[in-house]
Amino acid sequence: MNTETTDLIVIGSGPAGMAAAAEARALGMSVCVLDEQRVIGGQIYRRIEDTPEALRMILGKDYAAGSALADEFRRSGADYRPGATVWNLSGDGVVDYVADGGSRTISATNVLIATGAMERPFPIPGWTLPGVMGAGAAQIMLKGADARPSGPVVLAGCGPLLYLLAWQYLRAGVQLAGLVDTTPFSAYVAALGKIQGAVRGRKDLIKGLGLVSQVRLARVPVYSGAKSLEILGRDMAEGIRFQHKGKSREIAAGLVLLHQGVVPNTQLSWSLRARHGWDAGQLCWTPVTDEVGRLGQTAVYVAGDSRGIVGAIASGVQGRLAALAMHERSGGKVPPGRRAVLERQLARHVSLRPFLDRLYRPLDEHRIPADDVIVCRCEEVTAGDLRSYVDLGCLGPNQAKSFGRCGMGPCQGRLCGLTVTEVIAAARKAAPEEVGYYRIRPPIKPIHLGSFS
Amino acid sequence: MTTETLFSIPASAGQKMVRIEFEGETFQVPEGISVAAALLSNGRGAFRTSIVGGAPRAPYCMMGICFECLVEIDGIPARQGCMTPVRNGMIIRRQPGAPSLKALASGGRNEH
Amino acid sequence: MSSNQVTIVGGGLVGAAIAYGAARRGLSVRVLDQGDTAFRASRGNFGLVWLSSKGGGMPEYARWTREAVGLWGGLHQELLDLTGVDSGLVQQGGFWLGFSDEEVQKRADLLAKIDREAGGIPFRMMEPAEIQQYLPDIGPKVAGGSWGAHDGMANPLFLLRALHSGLKKCGADIITGVDITAIEHDAAAGRFTARSRDGQSWISDRIVIAAGLGVSDLAGQIGIHAPVVTTRGQVLITERLKPFMDYPTNKARQTTEGTVQIGSTTEDVGLDDGTTVDKIEWLARRAVDTFPHLAHARLVRAWGALRPLTPDGYPIYQESETCPGGFAVVCHSGVTLAAIHANILGPWMGGLTDAPAGVARFRGSRFLGKNTRYASDH
Repeated sequence: MNTETTDLIVIGSGPAGMAAAAEARALGMSVCVLDEQRVIGGQIYRRIEDTPEALRMILGKDYAAGSALADEFRRSGADYRPGATVWNLSGDGVVDYVADGGSRTISATNVLIATGAMERPFPIPGWTLPGVMGAGAAQIMLKGADARPSGPVVLAGCGPLLYLLAWQYLRAGVQLAGLVDTTPFSAYVAALGKIQGAVRGRKDLIKGLGLVSQVRLARVPVYSGAKSLEILGRDMAEGIRFQHKGKSREIAAGLVLLHQGVVPNTQLSWSLRARHGWDAGQLCWTPVTDEVGRLGQTAVYVAGDSRGIVGAIASGVQGRLAALAMHERSGGKVPPGRRAVLERQLARHVSLRPFLDRLYRPLDEHRIPADDVIVCRCEEVTAGDLRSYVDLGCLGPNQAKSFGRCGMGPCQGRLCGLTVTEVIAAARKAAPEEVGYYRIRPPIKPIHLGSFS
Repeated sequence: MTTETLFSIPASAGQKMVRIEFEGETFQVPEGISVAAALLSNGRGAFRTSIVGGAPRAPYCMMGICFECLVEIDGIPARQGCMTPVRNGMIIRRQPGAPSLKALASGGRNEH
Repeated sequence: MSSNQVTIVGGGLVGAAIAYGAARRGLSVRVLDQGDTAFRASRGNFGLVWLSSKGGGMPEYARWTREAVGLWGGLHQELLDLTGVDSGLVQQGGFWLGFSDEEVQKRADLLAKIDREAGGIPFRMMEPAEIQQYLPDIGPKVAGGSWGAHDGMANPLFLLRALHSGLKKCGADIITGVDITAIEHDAAAGRFTARSRDGQSWISDRIVIAAGLGVSDLAGQIGIHAPVVTTRGQVLITERLKPFMDYPTNKARQTTEGTVQIGSTTEDVGLDDGTTVDKIEWLARRAVDTFPHLAHARLVRAWGALRPLTPDGYPIYQESETCPGGFAVVCHSGVTLAAIHANILGPWMGGLTDAPAGVARFRGSRFLGKNTRYASDH
């Protein structure tokens, strides 16, 4: 059987994937886009082609801006394959994926990983209870289903997405029982040191600060500098408890939306055994690439948030720059000046990042939890279990995994990986780089054994 | 374990609705939304119980990563509710603990 | 620098079992183990505690294995009592399943030969209809099989944790993250020095080299010929399922946690412990052919691990003649033989007992001067 081939395979159809595909098509490359989701847009532009007008108003301008990119992507003639779950990727450009229940293989001269980000795990007491979700998850429900909280809801944590969702909820007429902001006052001071970049990105900054002040103006109780978050409730979330200005406070709510930033979705790049570094600013792993995103000497490039969090606009630009590089690697010619234009755009759109990373750095206690907190939700392994494996001589996540099954469930370690690294690092008093990460192997996503018949 | 509705979806004119059944109750929900969004918007608390500790669980990430939203759909256990669009006539049940291979088998036959 | 009575180089299933057996009997034990991403056969073990078909070319090995599976229950209980870790032992018999009459006949002949030569290893051949009384979910492609009442399974990962946890309880010193590159013997003092790549060293009266793929080189330094060949084994693991498979089989087994392990390949690929699409496909198809319902089960993990084997597939257990007190061990059946490694080898290599009867058959010198191709019997 001959394997299907194309010039470029793009994995994911968020901003990085769509922009890369469109740019590559404009350069004359044949492009196949594999998307696990059923519609284009990724999470940030979810349902972008089909958003009801009223919802579009609620979601705001930044969301609506995705339409132009979606149109460009559609017009480009890239071969879009929804519902395609990539389960294996090789460094020489062969991709195995499952669609309609069967496994298929496609190979390309170049492959672009554009799998975006996921919300950082938020391991606190009670975070596994029904009624506790990521704020990003709730935003996905808003975009995808126009679903809004119907009872009391608390938003807790930190980061731009949390404030954006609060702002969107206010526009949708949702009553917020509280915004519990874990950003400590000291972070504002520390972040000022990064203001140089922030001045260059001042438009973004002003927009962001505007969201927060609007939430305050709407008389939503905002608890700044909160810490020691814990979810109340036995079988369902019933509220949240936290420390605020030296006092313990509780807010009753059946829905608690947690968020403390997003982190790169690195499963595919890890599976290639590519080198990854610990980003001490963003507190996550990022793949080591050249300046345009290539992984070592492979045929695989990474762009957008899966390479390191840069946000939607910069992700798109990175996708385009990767497309230029891949085209040139295949012997193609790039229009003069194009690269310089994109590089200037990229510089502008990433300039705010160091400021945001510093300001919204999640608290240690919400990343490296107490002994009784569940770290691996699938296998119900606690931070205390992990520490007991360290006592047995465990140096890293892989021995911890084999000792206690953490990371062995269906989520394949996605939701516990960062926490496991950081818990072990703290227990060993070692750097995360020294501790390392899970050895990620195919299948990258669980697939049915019958996919091969 | 029926509880108050955590989410709701405002009715909008011209929205095509489909009928789904969850644990014997019938709901009308907008076409095209995910099973997880449909259940969360109709007052269903836990979707499943965890395999190890038997604890109640419900969707966490809504983007196919966490596998907390597993439910039985049309006889096939442990399907990802957040990745599966609702379909008219769909029959959904909670997923108690690990999926049963026997149910997998019979569900698989019904599907085709 | 410090001195201990016994140093074990290698903290995998083999090294940890021997170390545990020595430490349990009061010896002062130190284990030197590699780091988090070392090649670890222990992590890729299929988890069978298996007697049937072992030792087709060496009756002593069949008898050794028979003794090992007999000791397993005691080790399991002892570790459970000591550490609270359940190594998942189930010894209620197991099946080998074949897809053709020819394959099944070959199996019957092999098992008859072993029982005849080694003695006391009974088996029963079964038609598919009879197998179905035990494993109702087998598919139509299963042509027949054999049943071994002595066969069973354990959880290799929990066994490893139980052994490490037991070592700790017995006061052993486990040093992880070190890569031993040299062993020196001081004949006058009767002492061994193990040196690591990063310049550390440890002195002891006795040393056991159980470093898997690394044995050959280190064993050579104390005068033991211990050739190691590697094969890669890939296994697949599903999500947890409700119990449906009451007995382990050679093609798939359901663990006590509920996952189904599907295995395994035997590949000669050097030092590549990766997984490959063709083998994942092959294993998945074979599993579905054996248990058709498995088509609907989710594959969560695939694993590749390098197994250290000797050229004939049987273990090497040997004390050095030139450096007494120095031992080398090569063995890939770290689960099946765990109890005999702990109960018999630990005390022997620790200096508490004489060499076990028949162990001379497992000397590495059997490979000297030969240029024969061997086949393993798995």
